[in-house]
Amino acid sequence: MAERATRAPGRGERATRLRAVAGSWDAVLLVALVLVVGVGALAIEGVASPRFWRFVTLEVIPIALIALPMTLVIVTGEIDLSVASVLGLTCTVMGQLWLWGVTSLPVLVAVALLLGALLGAVNGLFVTAFGLPSLAVTIGTLALYRGLAYVVLGDRAVADYPPEWTMGAIAPIPGLTIPWMIIVVAVLAVVFGLVLHATPIGRGLYAMGNNAEAARFTGIDVARTKFWLFVATGAMSALAGVFWTLRYASARADNGNGLELAVVAAVLLGGVSIFGGRGRLAGVLAAVVLLGILRNALQLAYVPANTLTIITGSLLIVSVVGPNVAAMLRERWRRRRPVTPLPQE
Amino acid sequence: MSEPPPILSLRDVSKSFGAVRALQNVRLDLWPGEVHGLVGENGAGKSTLVKILAGAHQADTGTLTVDGKELRLTGPGDAQAAGIAVIYQEPTLFPDLSVAENIFMSRQPLRSLRRIDARAMRAATAELFARLGIQLDPDRPARGLSIADQQLVEIAKALAFDARILIMDEPTAALSGVEVERLFSVVASLREAGAAVLFISHRFDEIFALCRRVTVMRDGRWVSTGPASELTVEELVRRMVGREVSSLYPKTATAPGEARLEARLEVRGLTRHGAFTGVSFTLHAGEIVALAGLVGAGRSEVARAVFGVDRYDEGEVLAGGKPLPKGDTAAAIAAGLALVPEDRRQQGLVMELSVERNATLTRRWSLSRLGLLLGGGERAAAREWSERLRVKTARLTDPVSTLSGGNQQKVVLAKWLSTQPRVLIVDEPTRGIDVGTKAEVHRLLSELAGQGVAVLMISSELPEVLGMADRVLVMHEGRLAAEIPRARADEESVMLAATGQRGVV
Repeated sequence: MAERATRAPGRGERATRLRAVAGSWDAVLLVALVLVVGVGALAIEGVASPRFWRFVTLEVIPIALIALPMTLVIVTGEIDLSVASVLGLTCTVMGQLWLWGVTSLPVLVAVALLLGALLGAVNGLFVTAFGLPSLAVTIGTLALYRGLAYVVLGDRAVADYPPEWTMGAIAPIPGLTIPWMIIVVAVLAVVFGLVLHATPIGRGLYAMGNNAEAARFTGIDVARTKFWLFVATGAMSALAGVFWTLRYASARADNGNGLELAVVAAVLLGGVSIFGGRGRLAGVLAAVVLLGILRNALQLAYVPANTLTIITGSLLIVSVVGPNVAAMLRERWRRRRPVTPLPQE
Repeated sequence: MSEPPPILSLRDVSKSFGAVRALQNVRLDLWPGEVHGLVGENGAGKSTLVKILAGAHQADTGTLTVDGKELRLTGPGDAQAAGIAVIYQEPTLFPDLSVAENIFMSRQPLRSLRRIDARAMRAATAELFARLGIQLDPDRPARGLSIADQQLVEIAKALAFDARILIMDEPTAALSGVEVERLFSVVASLREAGAAVLFISHRFDEIFALCRRVTVMRDGRWVSTGPASELTVEELVRRMVGREVSSLYPKTATAPGEARLEARLEVRGLTRHGAFTGVSFTLHAGEIVALAGLVGAGRSEVARAVFGVDRYDEGEVLAGGKPLPKGDTAAAIAAGLALVPEDRRQQGLVMELSVERNATLTRRWSLSRLGLLLGGGERAAAREWSERLRVKTARLTDPVSTLSGGNQQKVVLAKWLSTQPRVLIVDEPTRGIDVGTKAEVHRLLSELAGQGVAVLMISSELPEVLGMADRVLVMHEGRLAAEIPRARADEESVMLAATGQRGVV
């Protein structure tokens, strides 16, 4: 702040400042990451071990898979809270199919992805065709899809999947302890990153997130784009459901219960504005990793699950409130200085 | 005449927004028991005057006297306390509250323990309605009331707090004939009761039917005040527009018959219920056609429908002879259309994004390689166009919101010109920008027409319309009222057509 005050105010300074703030947010995340790893490794036994990292990676994979499309959705100014329920419903449907004798993994995966896309399409339809707020729609489907999951399996659990499926899903990269699935996540992250940051579609997402009307005047089909984003979110949630099923070799109606909180917290902590139009995928990935390490390190330190939820919730609030408070402070700071009037129209 | 002193009196009121002088030394006197007409072109300063009287704006200089006391209105509450009420063209009632609750909003009669006395409220409302001769149920919700009825509720609301000065800002613009008559009888009863009414309208017949005196404003200045009986429509129009056509406009007439053969855009019988009806015209390569009319005549709505931002109910749009699908902006752009919209900040630009992103948003597909926008294609295109249009910006990565209005408009133009449109629709292209940039925009439009682009220019500025256009289409209340060739277009012919005075042209 101090060195900023000495600079003469002028055109373009706002942009520099915005860049500085955006840059500093990434810096904050990085420092937090280093701090958590460092303090964790020193203070908590086991954090430094390869087993810990393997475990963190397995924990983080489903969250990362869903956070990828969620970032795009939130950039457009929408949100999808039904993701964990889509995951749960996918798990139970796969389980029921297994009980009915469908034993081909490719078939099960294909059905799961199709189902996820369909559930996402329902969300998208309500939001775009009927113009309803996505917050309300996906709170509704959060309950609806979870309820359907209980209709499918009730309290039963399907746990007799072949152990080699699980071994396959969590197998490490040869020579390392990190599971190979992280490569799938990395490839998908590159794809989503390119779409968001380096394609015409991505340009449209930022435009509609900031000002949907101006986007429409530029020939961007806001409704259709959002619809397909919800479809993609559904499919990715289903993919996370497949991984969940295989990893735990267990299909239960409460699979992934509450996971949407972890996903949304990571996206917002990653610097994506809840109001849309702002944020980068790199920040979100950093936040996913940060939250994953934090959660698991605290678990190792025998911090109870309820406390972990409290911490996740607090971080979510901080990441939503933080930028606003910062903007308010900046505004006040700006007002206290004499301002050269901008040229009027 | 031995008159009582005026109930409201404005003296030498001026108001500037930055460098724009919205009002300069305006004066106005309202007497009790009088309906006073206020007329002027779009942008003459009527709305600013209304906002000052409503307490929404504060005058920079000048005095406001009510009942002989000098007042300073610092908010709507002050205006209300001074007995001033404004009835807007489109009232904003709370739709889910009852009519009576709307009327007594924030001033409800109370019983013990600060409970609202619903019975007293209902009775007072019924009494007000009886006084005004309004047939409305005080208990029905405001939702579903016609605009005319909503205005009547607003009038009742004004009377409920003993307003003696009513300002009606184009109250009849959205009303049908019967509704206008009902409103007139209510206004007449207000006048009988000794209220002063300031009546703003573009409809001269209403002004003459209702008003005793008429004030004319032009370019933010007071022009004249006088008895309506001494005025004619022609004289009124002359006072409203009476000024020199500026020589700023460089457009040279397209030689008739030369480039006119190629029809670039044909609009046939375009109708959107409630907005415009049966609009047909053709744009040819190389001509500038102005679409004139009053605010609310439906000009922008037609442009939006043509461009596919809005849907329409009937008719068709042909670009280069091929029909355009309804409501498909991307298809319109692909067919060579471009629209520089009316509202730069809401529709033209994404204010938070950079100059570069805004300027290349329309070309995001054509600038991509293998679907990717890597490398400096966008940067190069943005630089090229901002240099061509001389956009003044420190960095292309600055948010476009940091630019001045004129430079923002240049970014909007760059965004569309870089698509190399065959048909360019510009909606109020020079609104709110400085004189220098204005001239640049005009020169640019002329150049484009010279290169064969068909230009449709919506403008509320008569000098701009007359200085730039080869033909002038005039809209009045959703219909094309006149088509005037350049040779015969002058301020009076356009203004008369725009105000619905047929047959005078």
